[in-house]
Amino acid sequence: MQIVVIGNGMVGHKFCDLFSRHPRRGEFQLTVFGEERRPAYDRVHLSAYFSDRDADKLALASREWYAEAGITLRTGELVTELDTERRELTTHLGNVLRYDYLVLATGSVPFVPPVPGCEKQGVFVYRTIEDLEAIMDYADKIRDKAGARSVIMGGGLLGLEAAKATLDMGLATDVIEFAPRLMPRQLDEAGATTLKNKLADLGLGVHLSKSTTAIAGNGAITHLEFSDETSLPADMLIISAGIRPRDELARKAGIEVGPRGGIMADEYLRTSAPDVYVIGEAALYREMIYGLVAPGYDMARVALGSIMADADGGCMPEAIDLSTKLKLIGTDVASFGECFPNADEARSIVFHDESGGIYKRINISRDGKRLLGGILVGDAADYNMLHQIYKNNMALPPQPEDLILGTRGVGGNPGAGVLDLPDAAVICSCENVSKGTLCSLLSEGEAASVKELVACTGAGTGCGGCKPILTDLVENYMKSQGKVVRNTICEHFAYTRQELRDLVQMKNIRTYDEALDVIGQGNGCETCKPALASIFATVYAETANPQAQIQDTNDRFLANIQRNGTYSVVPRVPGGEISPDKLLAIGSVAKKYDLYTKITGGQRIDLFGARLEELPLIWEELIAAGFESGHAYGKSLRTVKSCVGSTWCRYGMDESVSFAIEIEERYKGLRSPHKLKGGVSGCIRECAEARGKDFGLIAVEEGYNLYVCGNGGARPVHAQLLAGPVDRATAVRYLDRFLMFYLRTAGPLIRTAKWLEGLEGGIDYLKSVVVDDVLGIAEELETEMQGLVDGYACEWKQAIEDPALRARFRPFVNTDESEELEFVALRDQKMPKPW
Amino acid sequence: MTAYTTTPLTDVTTWFRAGRTDQFPVGAGAVIKYRDRQIAVFYFNRTERWYACQNLCPHKLENVLGRGLIGEQDGIPKVACPMHKRTFSLETGENLNGDCPPVAVYPVKVENDYVYVGFAD
Ligand code: SRM
Ligand SMILES: Cc1cc2nc3c(=O)[nH]c(=O)nc-3n(C[C@H](O)[C@H](O)[C@H](O)COP(=O)(O)OP(=O)(O)OC[C@H]3O[C@@H](n4cnc5c(N)ncnc54)[C@H](O)[C@@H]3O)c2cc1C
Ligand code: SF4
Ligand code: FES
Repeated sequence: MQIVVIGNGMVGHKFCDLFSRHPRRGEFQLTVFGEERRPAYDRVHLSAYFSDRDADKLALASREWYAEAGITLRTGELVTELDTERRELTTHLGNVLRYDYLVLATGSVPFVPPVPGCEKQGVFVYRTIEDLEAIMDYADKIRDKAGARSVIMGGGLLGLEAAKATLDMGLATDVIEFAPRLMPRQLDEAGATTLKNKLADLGLGVHLSKSTTAIAGNGAITHLEFSDETSLPADMLIISAGIRPRDELARKAGIEVGPRGGIMADEYLRTSAPDVYVIGEAALYREMIYGLVAPGYDMARVALGSIMADADGGCMPEAIDLSTKLKLIGTDVASFGECFPNADEARSIVFHDESGGIYKRINISRDGKRLLGGILVGDAADYNMLHQIYKNNMALPPQPEDLILGTRGVGGNPGAGVLDLPDAAVICSCENVSKGTLCSLLSEGEAASVKELVACTGAGTGCGGCKPILTDLVENYMKSQGKVVRNTICEHFAYTRQELRDLVQMKNIRTYDEALDVIGQGNGCETCKPALASIFATVYAETANPQAQIQDTNDRFLANIQRNGTYSVVPRVPGGEISPDKLLAIGSVAKKYDLYTKITGGQRIDLFGARLEELPLIWEELIAAGFESGHAYGKSLRTVKSCVGSTWCRYGMDESVSFAIEIEERYKGLRSPHKLKGGVSGCIRECAEARGKDFGLIAVEEGYNLYVCGNGGARPVHAQLLAGPVDRATAVRYLDRFLMFYLRTAGPLIRTAKWLEGLEGGIDYLKSVVVDDVLGIAEELETEMQGLVDGYACEWKQAIEDPALRARFRPFVNTDESEELEFVALRDQKMPKPW
Repeated sequence: MTAYTTTPLTDVTTWFRAGRTDQFPVGAGAVIKYRDRQIAVFYFNRTERWYACQNLCPHKLENVLGRGLIGEQDGIPKVACPMHKRTFSLETGENLNGDCPPVAVYPVKVENDYVYVGFAD
């Protein structure tokens, strides 16, 4: 029996993949025709091609795979004629083949609206690898032109993805959309506006309600004209205005197609012709075309089941899940289920943080029991969970708003955890893998990690959207089995960081190899090396030099690695105070080595683009001018930010600059579980943002208030009051104790805010240790800190003075050549060539 | 990427002298240049084994692997890219914690205190 598949796209390939694993495959011959010259590739991740031009990475299977599976693959061959009575097809090469079963998997083509000028140079669509190649080649040509602009026609899922891609290519980019809002099919007004503002922040121009009347230009596109008499300059246009199913072959053969295109399919994916099936984006099922892989993969499964007459072949569900999470655009966007239900069927709960750019809406059945759908913009962390609750029709918690707001106040887990999902819940909809399957693999010991689950089931290999849930599932499963109880460092050290630190101190272990021999096992890895390096630093005041090989890269080279493998240089500027002479010194070094120069957010100056071999030369000059390492590369004290304080400011209560310098000098070079930042403000107006730091001091009438465990970054937290008002000396004593206690007890890469979160008893407990000394260790902590302070040495000074240490800054062992690097101009400076 | 292909011992036609053993860091990597290729060479002092792979990380195509931390996972020697911590087996080149394509690995031998890397051209 001969099965023929026409179309070797994602869905056509899925059919072959399922066929190759079907128990009855031996009774059939399978032949596949593909018009494109490559075997099937991953269109969903097509945009990745822009970053590496690596088509192999997108391949879904190789020619060898097809050969081994016994499937005849004929790429670069277009089927042009179909005779459903004689069960015969003809290709453009004139080849004729008979079939018993035919599967149309012809996919779709981008819809190009009938606007005059579509044929001009610089106008593209976005569907195949060849399209992307043409876009990249053209972008290369126009990029050098000052102010080169690309325009994307269509503000839907794909259009926004294309927009991000051309933005990343360094082209100014605009999106034009016919509808009055972005992603009209997935978002409501407020969600779309939030998204629009986010995109504007990314530098994307968004123009709504634009109906294009002409693509203008003489040969090549120069601008677009719209019905409202406005126009927009464009050196390149990518049209992404929707898709049209490829039904031309079926139509010609007399197979029934829909009034607006698409090959009609029933719930078994049968067409109007006997034994002819249709799957993927070419299929019109329940009056809809589904432009997503998951429903396409489902179709492949059902069609194969029908052809093979499987007992449990199943049929297509009545309602198809069109939930989507937008990838790549630089901000989260997701929608699931009913996005805009009728008001009489549902009520909505909306969270809208306009300044933060977050919009969340969930739609709930009138009786409050079921989740019908929702929209998430700016923060889609809850998407997977919400999507599961929706798909599995799970009961909602009594306060459904917790689902998007989290439980405010104490206790409780908002909504369902991954373990509450029913076994039948489909976790990976692309590969149709249920929670039950995954859990039984875990419980039978067939898999013990996400990687192994992926290998056993293929879950996560389609759109990849379910990967976070897989991770949760493994973690929760292990926890429920009591398997992971402690946060041990890694496979080489079965201890927490605190235990490891205690052991190192107790046994007076001095080197990493010794630690492995005495208390570890095996040969170490990239996790335990820096963790132990940090421990050696906080126990013995060891700099990053003696054991450079166990330091994270930044510490090994005493500088931050940048996008193109060059480094940045940040000299310490305590408290942000700098003399004109020192400014001139930085300026002349920057000029000499042609370094991109910028004022940082930490009140100092960062010099970017230094080559590995230049680092010691640059530091030699900086050190001669009186600078020291700023430790911007280390998990260590960064800056103590100051405001100008009573020195000049009319409100100042104390000389905050002097105090900030004193503190920064005291703790400079101090290594810690994560980076440390401080701030000193001269009064309660708080211009130094001290409460956003790991420790902050604010001058008040009677002295200073000391705040601890604040954080900027991704999850901002205000520091909490530890003590005050106290005088400067007491503040420093408390700081010594607080910092040392943190250095001792925190896990690797846990910042103070997160550490406090996990500290039982919270700030009150911390106060009792630091201020009231309930543990009786205050003196010990102070002495230990004083030892570290006294042990300080500038590691850059060590590194340039010792030829053996300096050797590590040679780019190549066997030649003095330096590495070839490409930079491009940026304003009056330079930057790395974009990825 | 195409400049680099894994070279099994049996295919080696050139043993390229990369440098004296003491020019390489102990328990870390350094980079050599062979024609216009950058090759990272690692010395695992605990097992006294040498490994080599392309310096180019397949993730973002930066020449940085030689500056990464080395270690082992379930007994497999590996290097962690300093940029985004993708890890690669130094035996097979496989990406151990993600879906990057593999890196090319090359055989290494030490003779009379010199390190040699094997190439097929
Ligand atoms: C240069 C600078 C941005 C600038 O141009 O202004 C910067 C640059 C980087 N920051 Fe930052 N941060 C800089 C100020 C800040 C600030 C503002 C501040 O310090 O007042 C914050 C928020 C405050 C805070 O830390 O709580 C900040 C929060 C972060 C975070 C998030 C930390 C968190 O706890 O959430 C990271 C990521 C991390 O550390 O894991 C980060 C990481 C980084 C890294 C190290 C990312 C990386 O691994 O390459 C950047 C490397 C810099 C380099 O190569 O020199 N940077 N970063 C600023 C350097 C300050 C300095 O003089 O040392
Ligand atoms: C940039 C981009 C990003 C996307 N992102 C997502 C996403 O995040 N999530 C998601 O779910 N979906 C996404 N999609 C959609 C997804 O790629 C499609 O749903 C999926 O590829 C459809 O598969 P298909 O096999 O039906 O069609 P296709 O993949 O288009 O394959 C059809 C193939 O058939 C060939 N063909 C047609 N007619 C003939 C003929 N007569 N003879 C021989 N060969 C023929 C065509 O050349 C084509 O190769 C994205 C699509 C693009 C373009
Ligand atoms: S916010 Fe910090 S980490 Fe992020 S890009 Fe800017 S400098 Fe880099
Ligand atoms: S460049 Fe190597 S992991 Fe990203």
